[in-house]
Amino acid sequence: MKIDPIHQFNIEPLFTLGHIGNHTIAFTNSSLYMFIAVLLIALLMLASGRDLVPGRLQSVAEISYEFVATTIRSTAGAEGMKFFPLIFSIFMFLCVSNLVGVIPYTFTISSHLIVTAALALLVFFTVLIYGLYKNGLKFFKIFVPSGVPIYILPLVMFIEVLSFFLRPVSHSVRLFANMLAGHIALKVFAGFVAMLGFSLGALGWVGGVLPLALTIALYALELLVAFLQAYVFAILTCIYLNDAIHPGH
Amino acid sequence: MAESHGEAKGQAAGAHTEAEGGHHGGAFPPFDSSNYASQLVSLAIAFVALYLIVSRIALPRVGGTIDARQNKIEGDLAEAQKLKDESDAALKAYETELANARANAQAIGNETREKLNAASEAERKALEEKLAAKLADAEKQIATTRTNAMSNVRGIAADAAGAIVQQLSGVTPDANAVNSAVDASLKG
Repeated sequence: MKIDPIHQFNIEPLFTLGHIGNHTIAFTNSSLYMFIAVLLIALLMLASGRDLVPGRLQSVAEISYEFVATTIRSTAGAEGMKFFPLIFSIFMFLCVSNLVGVIPYTFTISSHLIVTAALALLVFFTVLIYGLYKNGLKFFKIFVPSGVPIYILPLVMFIEVLSFFLRPVSHSVRLFANMLAGHIALKVFAGFVAMLGFSLGALGWVGGVLPLALTIALYALELLVAFLQAYVFAILTCIYLNDAIHPGH
Repeated sequence: MAESHGEAKGQAAGAHTEAEGGHHGGAFPPFDSSNYASQLVSLAIAFVALYLIVSRIALPRVGGTIDARQNKIEGDLAEAQKLKDESDAALKAYETELANARANAQAIGNETREKLNAASEAERKALEEKLAAKLADAEKQIATTRTNAMSNVRGIAADAAGAIVQQLSGVTPDANAVNSAVDASLKG
């Protein structure tokens, strides 16, 4: 029994869709899970009832709605509600796909940097374009904090500009690394259980209890991380959008 | 993205096929640029579809349900407040009505009592007057009878006194003297 904790991240083309330049565009297992996530969200939001007294499914849909709406209002103000559909889409997409990804034998979309980077760049360019469109040159005030002595202002501005352009990096790597590391750790500890059992016989099965307990604990942690990282991604999006809406700090 | 163009596609694709075999001698899958394009295309399609579903249908629908519930609750509360105000007003009206009725009843009772009192008083007075008149009549009759009886007694006494004097002295006394003597003795 060989532990291969990386195998779960393999991209396997299911069928080829076509070519762009010399890139082959395939419908992969990743694509499949993306559409599963979209389908699950659509089911949750559209198939739930519209009763006055909500049932279970409807409650989940409404709690998601209220949760995201409250997050936006508290971080980006009432004007941030313009981006409600975007932030709701991002949060639900990541939350649902992460939670689906914790199920054994499934694929986790956000364990690939290209996906998280694409979403982070989407947010980055939304902030940049909306900020410039709405505030014009005043948008650059976000690089000039008020109340800073003039002699250290250039240094502060340099740091602000740098951190602004590094945002998509930290934004995407945080989610990617969390999901990747969590799944590897889970796979390694789960692999120990099977390895001990297959190689040492009865003694191994007894010895496997410890890594099994760890796997269970890690699994609970991963469930939390799956939700939490989606939430962190969404709330950072709100905070970045707040800069575009109110650039004056 | 940009860095993926620089790499040799064929090698990456080859490594990828190997990795599928189970032993990961090729690139670490998240950094294998050969599958970036596929992922980006499907992510774009899936995310745009999700965004459209969410912004066009899902959020208006769920938001509408929540707003409808909010409005319904506020409407119901307002309705309840209105009904409460109405019942309060009705209670107040009932209480004033009751107080009025009680005052009326008191007034009617007093009036009736006074009327009855006056009537019985008048009746009593009339009866007393009638009785007094009868009493006076009766007293007058008694007085008349007594006077008559007294004058009869005087005549009889005078006669008897005259007869007694005559018997004793043999002299017929003067009538006037006898009368005055009888009167004096009756008075005394």
